[in-house]
Amino acid sequence: MGRGKGDGGRVLLEVKGLRVSVAGNEILKGVDLTIRDGEVHAIMGPNGSGKSTLAQVLAGHPAYSVLAGTATYEGKDLLDMKPEERARAGVFLAFQYPVEIRGITNSYFLRAALNALRRERGEPELDPIDFLQFLEQKLKAIGWDDSMLNRPVNEGFSGGEKKRNEILQLAVLEPRLAILDETDSGLDIDALKTVAETVNKLRGPDRAFLIVTHYQRLLNYITPDVVHVLADGRIVKSGGPELAHELEAKGYDWLRDAAMVS
Amino acid sequence: MTSIEAHVQQPYKYGFVTDIESEVVPAGLNEDVIRLISDKKGEPEWMLDWRLKAYRNWLKMSEPHWPNVKYGPIDYQAISYYAAPKKLPKLDSLDQVDPKLVATFEKLGIPIEEQKRLTGVAVDAVFDSVSVATTFQAELAKYGVIFCPISQAIREHGDLVQKYLSTVVPINDNFFAALNSAVFTDGSFVYVPKGVRCPLELSTYFRINASSTGQFERTLIIADEGSYVSYLEGCSAPMRDEHQLHAAVVELVAHDRATIKYSTIQNWYPGDEEGKGGIYNFVTKRGKCAGANSKISWTQVETGSAITWKYPGCILQGDNSIGEFYSVAVTSHKQQADTGTKMIHLGKNTRSTIVSKGISAGRGQNTYRGLVKIMKGAEGARNYSQCDSMLIGDKCGAHTFPYIDVRNSTAIMEHEASTSKIGEDQIFYLRQRGLSSEDAVSMIVNGFCKEVFKELPMEFAVEATRLLGISLEGSVG
Repeated sequence: MGRGKGDGGRVLLEVKGLRVSVAGNEILKGVDLTIRDGEVHAIMGPNGSGKSTLAQVLAGHPAYSVLAGTATYEGKDLLDMKPEERARAGVFLAFQYPVEIRGITNSYFLRAALNALRRERGEPELDPIDFLQFLEQKLKAIGWDDSMLNRPVNEGFSGGEKKRNEILQLAVLEPRLAILDETDSGLDIDALKTVAETVNKLRGPDRAFLIVTHYQRLLNYITPDVVHVLADGRIVKSGGPELAHELEAKGYDWLRDAAMVS
Repeated sequence: MTSIEAHVQQPYKYGFVTDIESEVVPAGLNEDVIRLISDKKGEPEWMLDWRLKAYRNWLKMSEPHWPNVKYGPIDYQAISYYAAPKKLPKLDSLDQVDPKLVATFEKLGIPIEEQKRLTGVAVDAVFDSVSVATTFQAELAKYGVIFCPISQAIREHGDLVQKYLSTVVPINDNFFAALNSAVFTDGSFVYVPKGVRCPLELSTYFRINASSTGQFERTLIIADEGSYVSYLEGCSAPMRDEHQLHAAVVELVAHDRATIKYSTIQNWYPGDEEGKGGIYNFVTKRGKCAGANSKISWTQVETGSAITWKYPGCILQGDNSIGEFYSVAVTSHKQQADTGTKMIHLGKNTRSTIVSKGISAGRGQNTYRGLVKIMKGAEGARNYSQCDSMLIGDKCGAHTFPYIDVRNSTAIMEHEASTSKIGEDQIFYLRQRGLSSEDAVSMIVNGFCKEVFKELPMEFAVEATRLLGISLEGSVG
């Protein structure tokens, strides 16, 4: 159903008829979605519509069971891959609730993650010194300082810092498909702008985004190519960036009613 | 089975048995057995008397049952108290060590052959009841450092042994210490003279091989004024259906301005998933900071044993002396550990630090038990305690019993405690960044233990990190 900006681009992810349950409840009831290289898609929808479930299941969270449907990523069966295999193939999830890892510094963690990806690509691993240089370049590119690097992963971070840290990881790991799960929630306006600016810098022909959000405000700063509305486990409407504004003005109820009717 | 559970069920890697001709004394304990052990060791009369005194004390004592562990009765008459390989090298000629013994230690990562020795580490290798090799003895002697099997020390440095033995752990200290005093066979003796910084790491590796035997080792380390020594012990045993008893006593004495750093990597066979077999590790370890400005630091990484019962402690007698205890205890499968420390502050401005990390997985039960006692004369004493527990899965348990006894109002005490749970969400987060589930568990656990691992000598920190990964293979649920 996803409408691309240029239909000539290569299909990166194709989801068909995806039905997913968690703890016995069916949350996704048949989702279709096509994302081409470099496209930015936004998934909007009311609470409980299944937005985060879609993000988690694409990343491979073991708590979710796929009942039916397919997800093809770069021609491979994504649903058959382990979470780490998906990550190494370039699927990145910026978590809604990033976890804390005590005693492990951000830079140690980032290096371990980057090297896992590099091993997969047949590239040499970076030693701590090379990695620091690599990291400096990345930080410079996105205009961030190194204040978060020597702190334990997310430990003692404010909600906003945790979300920013997810974006830092995104910048370092350079995925082909970045899924942002409500990255805007809990951010004040300045942090929201910083995150949006960074995402904009990281946009490119080799990197597609799937941005899951409840509010339209993030989309004031990141202009998506396609906006989808998810309601009751199905994508009930897709359109251009203007759809986000329409939703902001009219809410979700009119779409939910439409979904019930269809 | 979840990915994390699958990760903790890795088999014990050191469970092999060495097929070697051994002399094993028939099971049972009485004065004749003690005389026999003493005779085999070529001990002087005073040593035998001391053993017999301990034995007579032991007969009047009863096994302690206050620890938070459960096990069936131990039949002390069913244990053999002495087992030794028949072909033993003569002293100071390591080339005569039975190749099977050399191969055994090599397999355990403890090379004792001249050309393969660990650089910077002198090793005493103890196999069942005897020391089979001690490396770098001559090298250390140049510095006046004595590092030898305790049986050799009793024969050759009797004055030193007599002066210090049981001054920190009295023979009737507790049931297992008394038993050890009666029947101990080997272990290490270290003496570092005044002002000497021991140029090598000293290390003892204990291997139980024979079945139906117990291992009762005795270690005594003395650091004279202004000296420094770092000592490490490691251990392992074959996989067997029976429980085997290991009851050791370790005594440390630090004189004025001396520092003793004692590290343990304990990897006794833990028993199988159902709790069948495994070592009972009932150990008494204590150090005395006898002199002013002395320091004793215990670091332990406990991953093995069916049951662990040990409380390495410090008696802070000298003014300004320092006691430290850094511990990681892992209980997986049906392992039980009741471990912690005792810090007894006697001198002025004495300080102690306790950092304990308990990790429970499978159906493991992990108990921290610690005592901090500030005596009346200990003006300006300070203690900092931190007890963290990590639970992996929902069938295990973590328990904390901190005892604090303060008899001087100038004392400053701090205590922190936390309990956390490693869960699928944490593992998933790391896997989503490209790490395998094994690497994810390992990273989380190592981060949790970081404050303890940084206290280990570098070579052993790597070993500890690896060991922890193996011990936890398959335990999260």
